[in-house]
Amino acid sequence: MEPEIKIGPEEAVAEDMHADAGEFVQGTSLWRDAWRRLLKNKLAVFGLIVVIVITAASIVGPSVIKRVFGFTPDYIPTNNIQLVRSFPPFKGPNGEFSWQHPMGTDNAGRDQLARVLQGGQISLFVGIIATLVSLIIGVSYGAIAGYVGGRVDNLMMRLVDVLYSLPYVIVVIVLLSMFRSQTPRGQLTLLFVALGSVSWLTMARIVRGQVLSLKNQEFVLAARATGVSAPRIIFRHLVPNTLGPVIVYATLTIPQVMLTEAFLSFLGLGVQAPLASWGSLAADGVQNIAIFPWQLIFPGVTMALTLFSLNFLGDGLRDALDPQMRTT
Amino acid sequence: MLNSKLLEVRGLRTYFQTDDGLVKAVDGISFELQRGETLGIVGESGSGKSVTNLSIIRLIQEPPGRIVAGEVIFKGQDILLLPPEAVRKIRGRRIAMIFQDPMTSLNPFMKISKQLMEMTELHLGHTKAQAYEHAIRMLETVGIPDARARANSYPHEFSGGMRQRVMIAMALSCEPELLIADEPTTALDVTIQAQILELIKKLKQKTETSVILITHDLGVVAGMTDHVIVMYAGKIFEQARTKELFASPGNPYTKGLLRSVPDPTAEQGKLYQIPGLPPDVAHLKPGCPFADRCERVAEICRREFPPFVQLTSDHHSLCHFANEVYAESVNAKRP
Repeated sequence: MEPEIKIGPEEAVAEDMHADAGEFVQGTSLWRDAWRRLLKNKLAVFGLIVVIVITAASIVGPSVIKRVFGFTPDYIPTNNIQLVRSFPPFKGPNGEFSWQHPMGTDNAGRDQLARVLQGGQISLFVGIIATLVSLIIGVSYGAIAGYVGGRVDNLMMRLVDVLYSLPYVIVVIVLLSMFRSQTPRGQLTLLFVALGSVSWLTMARIVRGQVLSLKNQEFVLAARATGVSAPRIIFRHLVPNTLGPVIVYATLTIPQVMLTEAFLSFLGLGVQAPLASWGSLAADGVQNIAIFPWQLIFPGVTMALTLFSLNFLGDGLRDALDPQMRTT
Repeated sequence: MLNSKLLEVRGLRTYFQTDDGLVKAVDGISFELQRGETLGIVGESGSGKSVTNLSIIRLIQEPPGRIVAGEVIFKGQDILLLPPEAVRKIRGRRIAMIFQDPMTSLNPFMKISKQLMEMTELHLGHTKAQAYEHAIRMLETVGIPDARARANSYPHEFSGGMRQRVMIAMALSCEPELLIADEPTTALDVTIQAQILELIKKLKQKTETSVILITHDLGVVAGMTDHVIVMYAGKIFEQARTKELFASPGNPYTKGLLRSVPDPTAEQGKLYQIPGLPPDVAHLKPGCPFADRCERVAEICRREFPPFVQLTSDHHSLCHFANEVYAESVNAKRP
């Protein structure tokens, strides 16, 4: 690796630069850069960790509890009939210290921790599904409208405007109460449909805006000049270029949708017992807030923590993926 | 195969509907291109050079643009009459383009190899493996060192000259019969410019591709082309063999352009420039569009549109005084 004696200073520099470039030959430095910037943001890292921990706990938690203590989230104890079944955290049936219910139990004696974790499953699932819908429908819709342009764009975006202008919470409420399903699972599916059907609007607008500015760039003209078809230009050339804002907005959509879900469940329109979501748990807890405060505190705090974390993460991603936007 | 007609453009008119009125960006352009030849199109910004070439492969954004008249006969077929699907098969496969700014004409989110592979997968039906090998061979052809390792880089890891090489590799990867280079060296510095032009020249000879070279650099035209078209305000002002045009221009505008090339041997003094600005093509006055800037403007120039005068068998000029201007240039050459 020793440079030859003949190499002058300029050439040595060139050599160095070449070596530098060599490191990047594997590519992905764009994402690696973003990742590095994200890791510098303490709040975003905190958010990322909390989100990962809560997600992992929600996924494996209920089955671990079943294995260790032998009850499911919807298990109602039948052996020990007492007047008051809602125990405080870490307390057994007779007031003694116990590891069985770290978050206490609810009115029916069901384990709060198991229910919060299962509620987490559903809350996160609702958030993710609605976000996926917004990714798939919103991104394609916006990209097509933006790329095709003209009258088609006008028509497509006016439709979005119309849907936007509907008070969507009311629409969802009407939808949910009109098609009220008898089974909890049916109700859950309805909830997904209702939330998914409105969650893609903003995404479509964002992607359309991005595509509008991208499609006049020369690389799109170059792609067209090489005979690439329109769908391929949209989905292989344009959509990847919008990924930054899309990822950021998707991360911010998850908490938004979760909050809506919680709100609907709180009103009794969303998830129904024996299934639980953070919203429905909080709704139950509110009724007993004076006597059994832990019934509200635990699902509430868990939800707040998750939403904070997702928002921090989303903000962090925005700063990381779009350094020009950074204010600090 | 040599000296057979590859492309013939006849009476091409491309108009743009803008808020400011109808812009006749290209207004009645006709020319021919033989196989293996290089045609230069020169003109100031906004003279319609690029629009002409985008019209040839129908890449004009509609609306606001529209090709209102003309024929683009490529190998006996009028491209303007073909269905869009058929045009798409010609683009990149038979007619390829290189654009002005290599910094923006590669997709920043796709690896170089992927962008090159797209071409041959699309047009030559290559499998991924074949396309990859072909991409690397093309990168080697255009002189990218260490092509195999470099192929997996992203465009931002390449310098401007390297990116233009990649663009050339891409354009030539399906061995097109016609290469349209739209100011391929404008965004590059002079040394790189020479390298790129040399590369185009070399590859052109190797593959017998015809080239249309759009530029505003007369030096480039002199070194690279067989024929030249001088465009102004959407019209062809002069059309001739390159040597002829440089030796004895038959149009005051061409003369002005030639005079405004800096002469390094001149001791000092002001650089010549054609006075005024190119006209607003949305609001052309009757008469010659160059009249306001012309040195030998006469009363007729403001009144009547000039005729397209044939000076020799393949030398034409759009001017009321074409014959006089031509005679002057020819006489000036004589001692």
